[in-house]
Amino acid sequence: MGKTVLTGKHFWYGNIAIAEGAIAAGCRFFGGYPITPASEIAEHISKRFPEIGGIFVQFEDELASMAAILGASWAGAKSMTATSGPGLSLMMENLGLGVMMEVPTVVVNIQRGGPSTGLPTLTAQGDVMQAKWGSHGPYEIIALSPDSPQEAFDLTIRCFNLAEKYRVPVILLASETVGHSAGKVIVPPENEIELIDRKKPTVPPEEYLPYKPDEDLIPPMAYAGEGYAICTTGLTHNEKGYPDVSAETQEKLVRRLNDKIRKHMEEIVDVEEENMEDAKIAVVSYGQVSRPVKRAVKMAREDGIKVGSIKLITIWPFAENVIRKWAKQVELFIVPELNYGQIYLEVKREVAGNSETVLVPRMGGKLITPQEIYREIKKVSKK
Amino acid sequence: MNASGKTLLTQRVKVSRGEIHIIEERCKQCRLCIELCPREVLQESEKVNEKGYHLPEVVEEPEKEKICVSCGICEVACPEYAIWVREKKEMHQGRGIYGKNSSNR
Amino acid sequence: MSHKMTRGKKPLLPQELHPMDQWLRSERMPHIWCAGCGIGPTLYAWVRALDTVGIDKDKVVYVSGIGCCGRGSGYLDVDGFHTTHGRAIPFATGIKLVKPDLCVNVISGDGDIFSIGGNHFIHACRRNVDLLVICTNNFIYGMTGGQLAATTPIGDYSTTTPYGNIEPPFNTPYLADASGAVYVARWTSIHVRLLEKSIAEALRMKGFRYIEVLSPCPVNYGRRNRLREVDDIAKWFWQSSVIRHGADTREVQIEKGKPIILGNFVKREKLSYYGELKKLEEKVKRAAEAKK
Repeated sequence: MGKTVLTGKHFWYGNIAIAEGAIAAGCRFFGGYPITPASEIAEHISKRFPEIGGIFVQFEDELASMAAILGASWAGAKSMTATSGPGLSLMMENLGLGVMMEVPTVVVNIQRGGPSTGLPTLTAQGDVMQAKWGSHGPYEIIALSPDSPQEAFDLTIRCFNLAEKYRVPVILLASETVGHSAGKVIVPPENEIELIDRKKPTVPPEEYLPYKPDEDLIPPMAYAGEGYAICTTGLTHNEKGYPDVSAETQEKLVRRLNDKIRKHMEEIVDVEEENMEDAKIAVVSYGQVSRPVKRAVKMAREDGIKVGSIKLITIWPFAENVIRKWAKQVELFIVPELNYGQIYLEVKREVAGNSETVLVPRMGGKLITPQEIYREIKKVSKK
Repeated sequence: MNASGKTLLTQRVKVSRGEIHIIEERCKQCRLCIELCPREVLQESEKVNEKGYHLPEVVEEPEKEKICVSCGICEVACPEYAIWVREKKEMHQGRGIYGKNSSNR
Repeated sequence: MSHKMTRGKKPLLPQELHPMDQWLRSERMPHIWCAGCGIGPTLYAWVRALDTVGIDKDKVVYVSGIGCCGRGSGYLDVDGFHTTHGRAIPFATGIKLVKPDLCVNVISGDGDIFSIGGNHFIHACRRNVDLLVICTNNFIYGMTGGQLAATTPIGDYSTTTPYGNIEPPFNTPYLADASGAVYVARWTSIHVRLLEKSIAEALRMKGFRYIEVLSPCPVNYGRRNRLREVDDIAKWFWQSSVIRHGADTREVQIEKGKPIILGNFVKREKLSYYGELKKLEEKVKRAAEAKK
C-alpha cells in the first residue's frame, strides 16, 4: 500500500494540492470527466489511487460522474469529482439529487471564464451564484474558496469534513489561477489532520428511519448493504424515505434541508479579517483575488488610509453576520471579483444601505493587480 | 411428448390441486389472471373492491376440467401481487397438466 | 422463501401473505402502476430469480431512474435508490465499485435507459461494470402521459406523434451486444417463467448483463395503438413471439407485423471492470515493490 498522507514540504500546483488534500481526507472514490483547467486533479488521482486502493473512474460525462460519486458515497466511500464551469452546469442535476438525498460528497470547480465554453485556459470567478443556485428548487449548499495551493489543500480537507458532518455536497470553488499556480504546501503528519465521518445509525434496522433527523437536523446515514433497507428518492419524501408528494411533507423536508445549514452558520462560516479594527473602508474578496487585495490594503495603509480586508473563505452560506456587523463601522465596501458582480450583490444586500458598496469587476482572463485595487481604494477614500 | 413417445394428454397422471388466494384491495381488474389461466378456472365476479374493481372468482367445474392445478401462472403474471396459489396437499387423478392454452409461460 | 419478514412493520399473517410480500414494503401496496402493467410481473420474476440463486436480501441493491419503473425501488424491501432521469447506471456503478460484494441491479424503463440515459448504457456495457440491467420496455413514455420513446415502433401513435412515428426505434439487444455486454436477452412480462430463468442465469454471471423485458402499457401505449385491452398486448406478445436463443442481435429489431424474437442472445466470458481494476492494482503494487 502506498502512502496516503504525504507529510512534509512540497512545491505543488493547486490542482495537485487538491488531489492530495482529498486523499488525506480519506477520499477513495473519484469519478470525473476531463476538462480544462481541472484535468490535472483527475490525472493525479488516477496515478495515486491504484497505489492506495482507491477507485478512479473516468466517466463518459459529468452527468455520470456526479451520479457515480453519490452512489459511491451511499456505499460508504468518501467521494469526489473535479470539473470546471461547463461541467458544473451538467452536474447541477445530480447535485440537486445529492442535496435531496443528503449525500456527503465533494465537487471541485476550477473556475474558468464563461459563459459557455468561454475561456477554457484562463481564470474567472463567474460560477459563484451557480454554485448556490445552479440546481433547481430552494436549497442551501456549502462552498469554500481557496486562494493558494496551501489553502487548496487545507480547504479540500475541510470540504470533506463539512460534507460528512452536514450530509450535503460541498463545492470547492477554486479558479484557474489557483489550480495552475505552484506554491509551497505543507502537509501535516497524518495524526494531526482532523477528520470527520458521517453519523451512522445507532438503532437496529427495524427501527431505522433514513430521514428522521437528530436534534441537529441531520439524519444518521446507513450504507448500502448493511441490512437497513434504505429507501431514498429525489422525490419529496417522508422520514421513511418514501415518496410523499404533499405540500406538508415538502414544507417540512425542504425547511429542514435549508435549516440544517442555516442554523449552523456560525460553525460553517469562516472569514479572515485584517486591519478591520479602525477601518472605514473594507475590501471584501475571496479566492485568489484576496492576494492582491492584501497587498493593496498594505499599500493604502502606508498612505494612512483606514482600510481593512475581509476575505471570505466560506462563500456559501454567505457570511452575512460578518458583513452586517462591519456595516455599522465601515462607510464603504469595495468588492473586487472576476465577474460582473456576484458576491457584490450579497454584500450590498447585507449592507442594506448603511454604507456604500462599490464593485470592481473583471470579466475574467487575468487577475486584478494590487495596483488596480489600490487605485480604487485611493479613489473612494477621497470621497 | 414424453420419453415413451406418447403425448402427455393421453396419459393419466397425478396432478396437484391449487388453492387460490386473493388480496382484494390490490386488484385493479386487469383480467390477466382470467385470460392467462390454462384451465379457465377464473372468471370476473360481481364483487367489487373498495376502488370499484371487479374481482376474479373461482369457477371450478370438475367435469369440464376447469380445476386449478396450481400451475401458478395467475400468480406470476399478476401485476398487483394480488393473487397467489398454494398447492393443496392431496393429489388428484387427472389428465396431464397440458390444457388447451398449453404453454411454458 | 427463507427471508425475514418485511422490516419496520407488523408482519401479515402467513395466510394473508403473497410470496412477493417477503420482498415488498407491503404497507405501500397497492402500487401506482396501471392495471395490466408489465412492471409488477417483471419485478416478481426478478425476486424469484434472486431467491433461486440464493442471494441474501441484505446484499441486494435496486437502483432506478425516473418513470413508471423508477418507482419500483421504493416498493421493494431492499436498499432502493430512486435517482434522476437516466442516471441509474452511473449511480449504481458508484455503489458496485465501492462495495463489490453487493448484488447491484438497475431496473428502469426504456425512456430512462435508452433516451436520456443512452450514453451511460453504452459506456457501462463497454466498461463491463458488474451490473444487472433490466429494462422494462413499454414502447412509450408512460409516466408523462404517452409521448414518443426511442423504442416506439415506426408508424405507432403517441401524444407527440399524432400522425404516426417516423423515427426508427433502437434495437436494444443489438446496442448492448455491440457495446460489449456479456449477457443479452429479451423476454416479455408475459413470458414470466422464461424471464425468471434468464434473470437467474444472468445473476450467476459477472460483468454487464442486460435483459430487455417487453412490457404492456395498455393505458398510454395500447390505447393509442389498437391494443386497448391488457389482453390485446398479451396476445400480441404471445402470438407474435418466436424464441430463438443465440439469435444474431442484428436481426431482432421489433417491427409491427413481424415476429418478436425472444431469447437469450449473447453470453460471453470477459473479465469485469472490477476484475481489471484489481489486476491493475496488482501491477502497480508489483512495480512499486520492484522499485524498492
